[in-house]
Amino acid sequence: MIKILKYSFYDLMRSRWSYIYFLFYLILGFVLLFLNNDVSKAVITLMNIIIILVPLIGTIFGVMYYYNSKEFTELLLAQPIKRSSIFLGQYFGVAGSLTLSLVLGLGIPFVLYGLFKSDAIFDFSLLLVTGAFLTLIFTALSFNIALSNENKIKGFGYAVLLWLFLAVIYDGIFLMSLIIFKEYPLDTFSLTATMLNPIDLSRTLILLKLDISALLGYTGAVFKQFFGTNTGLVISMVMLVLWTAIPVWRLSYKANRKDF
Amino acid sequence: MIKIELLHKKFGKNQVLTGLDLHIQKGGIFAILGPNGSGKTTLIKTILGMVVPNTGNISVLGEPIKNKWKYRQEIEYLPQIANFPGNLKVKELIRMIKDLRQKSSEEEKLIQLFALEPYLDKKLATLSGGTKQKVNIVLTFMFDSPLIILDEPTTGLDPLALIRLKELIQVEKEKGKTILVTSHIMQFVEEVADEIVYLLEGKIYFKGSIQELMTKTKQTDFEHAIAAIATPTIYD
Repeated sequence: MIKILKYSFYDLMRSRWSYIYFLFYLILGFVLLFLNNDVSKAVITLMNIIIILVPLIGTIFGVMYYYNSKEFTELLLAQPIKRSSIFLGQYFGVAGSLTLSLVLGLGIPFVLYGLFKSDAIFDFSLLLVTGAFLTLIFTALSFNIALSNENKIKGFGYAVLLWLFLAVIYDGIFLMSLIIFKEYPLDTFSLTATMLNPIDLSRTLILLKLDISALLGYTGAVFKQFFGTNTGLVISMVMLVLWTAIPVWRLSYKANRKDF
Repeated sequence: MIKIELLHKKFGKNQVLTGLDLHIQKGGIFAILGPNGSGKTTLIKTILGMVVPNTGNISVLGEPIKNKWKYRQEIEYLPQIANFPGNLKVKELIRMIKDLRQKSSEEEKLIQLFALEPYLDKKLATLSGGTKQKVNIVLTFMFDSPLIILDEPTTGLDPLALIRLKELIQVEKEKGKTILVTSHIMQFVEEVADEIVYLLEGKIYFKGSIQELMTKTKQTDFEHAIAAIATPTIYD
């Protein structure tokens, strides 16, 4: 698996898009920091961008890479390599290079600005960790979709729909149901609903870490009570790990049973 | 060498292999023939483990291959359509496959044989179909494995390369290797094959030497004999 990972990673590192992605974050980081002059505010702005953009890029890159490397995959399938190694290697190659672009692109300007001397370092690290998780999750989901759809257009469509659903539509449904059922106690419901969407989960985690939960009103207080404690943080992390592990497991399961 | 029992494979509603039995002993060149869509490539891909059969057993070199992958170390496979990752250079692709196989290889000789030196630093996407096929052949023959599977090896080759390929196949055969080959060029099959395996409607319809086939079909010409075999009324 490590060899496949290495080749996929090198392949992506040579592609223009990895650099564009990296440069985008680099410029974004510099602009936000040096125009804003406030690390905490920059982190909030970054969060709003990361929470939407990282899943989108993960989804599109994942689908594109899978379909584009079809030939490479077929070549590898005839070699003495375990099937799951081929697909997991490619997956970690894509997710790894995207994560690297994110971490380096944002990390460099923040380090240059003097992050290590500021107290925002934990907020910022959490931002990068959730960004990395979102990359892993959405690349895995898109690989799953691509593996189950021979038709590129369909696969691409489903992947973008999934992103749209989790990034936008889910919140809409969530808010609607909060309004409709406002007569009832909704703490458990809203907590569970947040847990079931990796984008919402990441957003809530960061917002609470930044201590602006007061903005969220009563629900915010409930959330604060839950996420603010160690148990809450551990459960959220476990959820993010599960969101990564289940699609990755399905990827290797499906890959072992597919015809090429 | 290869033993296949009661192999069934369905793609959706399309039943491709219907209880195929095949036993290929060690050594010699076996041509797998059959009309378009008769399941030749599917058969090859099930042997390689790229297609998972619905039912049936396959053993390669005495070992059942289900859920195994190490046995592919003993197989060289030339795919039908030479689709390579386009942004790799020829040299890099060869190095990569060598790295993945971890086996001794003799690619220099083959590169020379097919005059590929000028292309080594070119990207695969820029190569012509025939040149890609030559690269494909180099990748297949550079290792020393007891089983070689060639799916339409002649596609796009110029006459000189074709002669070289035939020589190469003969050399490998003399080393005692087992070679499976599919082709629609009957002249090529007649020249290289020791035995014919004819697939029809997902089953082995005929297995034997070219001579036996001609006697059976009462034809004097191999191409006509192959054409006649699919229409049984001619010789029944």
